[in-house]
Amino acid sequence: MTLPGPLERFFTDMGRLTQMGWRVLAWTPRPPYDLRELLRQMVKVGVDSMPVVLLTTLFTGMVMALQTFTTLQRFNAESFVGSGVALSMVRELSAVLSGLIVAGRAGSAMGAELGTMRVTEQIDALEVMATDPIHYLVVPRVWATTITLPLLVALGNGVGIFGGYLVAVVIMGANPVTYVDRTFQYLDLNDLFSGLIKAAVFGFLLALIGCQKGFYTTGGAEGVGRATTAAVVTASMAILISDFFLTRLLF
Amino acid sequence: MPNPSNTADTAKIRISGLRKSFGPKLVLDGVDVDIAPAESLVVIGGSGSGKSVLLKHVIGLLKPDAGSIEVDGTAVEKLGYREITEFRRKFGMSFQEGALFDSMTVWQNVAFPLQRLRKLSHKELDDRVQECLSMVRLDGVGEKLPSQLSGGMRRRVGFARAVAHEPEILLFDEPTTGLDPVTTALIDEVIIDLNDRLKTTTITITHDMASAFRIGDRIAMLYRGKIVASAPPEEFRRLDDPRVQQFIHGNAEGPLSEEEPPRGNTGSINTGGSGGPVRL
Repeated sequence: MTLPGPLERFFTDMGRLTQMGWRVLAWTPRPPYDLRELLRQMVKVGVDSMPVVLLTTLFTGMVMALQTFTTLQRFNAESFVGSGVALSMVRELSAVLSGLIVAGRAGSAMGAELGTMRVTEQIDALEVMATDPIHYLVVPRVWATTITLPLLVALGNGVGIFGGYLVAVVIMGANPVTYVDRTFQYLDLNDLFSGLIKAAVFGFLLALIGCQKGFYTTGGAEGVGRATTAAVVTASMAILISDFFLTRLLF
Repeated sequence: MPNPSNTADTAKIRISGLRKSFGPKLVLDGVDVDIAPAESLVVIGGSGSGKSVLLKHVIGLLKPDAGSIEVDGTAVEKLGYREITEFRRKFGMSFQEGALFDSMTVWQNVAFPLQRLRKLSHKELDDRVQECLSMVRLDGVGEKLPSQLSGGMRRRVGFARAVAHEPEILLFDEPTTGLDPVTTALIDEVIIDLNDRLKTTTITITHDMASAFRIGDRIAMLYRGKIVASAPPEEFRRLDDPRVQQFIHGNAEGPLSEEEPPRGNTGSINTGGSGGPVRL
């Protein structure tokens, strides 16, 4: 039985992704451990994406404050703006937005890098030199992103909450003491952890997808372009879809 | 055609009935060839005749649709992905465009297989890398990045990287294409030396007939997915197969230039430079 083209491609992709995820887990405990490469990738993912992640979360926190302020004002509940901003940033927005941004920056870079290595036979050359390319290339990238994205999200949480504070206190004239009180009153550690767990899962997924798209590139320079685009699109979808299921699971 | 009963116990590499298609395109159509230990086999054939594909099967980068490849009695196509990593320790391979890691310097590229496959002190490692680089006359480029080298230089670095750890089996995919005659002769000498001194089994793919006659213990011609001729160099030169003669002499006219009969939607052996002038 043959499936129609798009369906076949979908299942081929899912199969390759699952297989690659499995191999990443299987290779992780095996030596040699390349800590330098792991750190190098963490710098690439974390430090390089930090400015844009912080800017995004700052403005999202500011917009959240504006929006919730005008909404809650209608119920005379402006004092809860702080809670609203903090909860939505920490539980949801910071993780999803940072995930999408890192998918666009680091995930696409992984697709392009591995794709170029594939079409110039560098991946074949690795294999020939008795080096498993998944162990050597994919394992450090996936773990670097899985570790780094929660760190970015933690920073994003702080910056987002600060953005909300700025807008509410400086522009809307809220009482700063009440605002800070309200911010932390309804926020507990579970909210923080679930956001960070989401971030770790998003990091794992987006790096794995970026690497998988690059790893199976065919067709020269054009193929590398396709792989890069597919890495971003697929990873963004995966983040948004898995977000729903993670939210169901974690709350 | 090698006689299986003679070589059953002695073949280092045995390829039998190897078939491979990419989509509708049939590239290898039943290749049979045995390579004895310490033999240097040269495979010639037009562009797109599947020579590189053949080489990639030997080291397990591609899986055959049918047939088998045995190396030291191990069926390559049956190895799992972890076993194959171990299995490849006995190989060295150079790629057409060098396939150098472009995030690493030339030195790091040549050192890579040594670091992965041999236990050497830093001094020994550096000595060996320098030795390999001067072997291909590339002293002093160690700190350069592959992007700073010319195509021919990259190819030579790729060659140095393939031979650095002195493997049992060497596979060369057009090691001398695009090099000047003097450098070509130099590379040929290195191949001959490895073959003599270390009893390395070698498969070399080339378009260069002068090179083929120098380094080959045996020359095989791949044509339309099959080995159509296979003989020691002197004998090969005298084969009266018109396809062989056309290739050796690089004539534009002849059986190689004819339209290929429909064999699926297939690779062109008949157009462009393939049947045309052989680059000497």
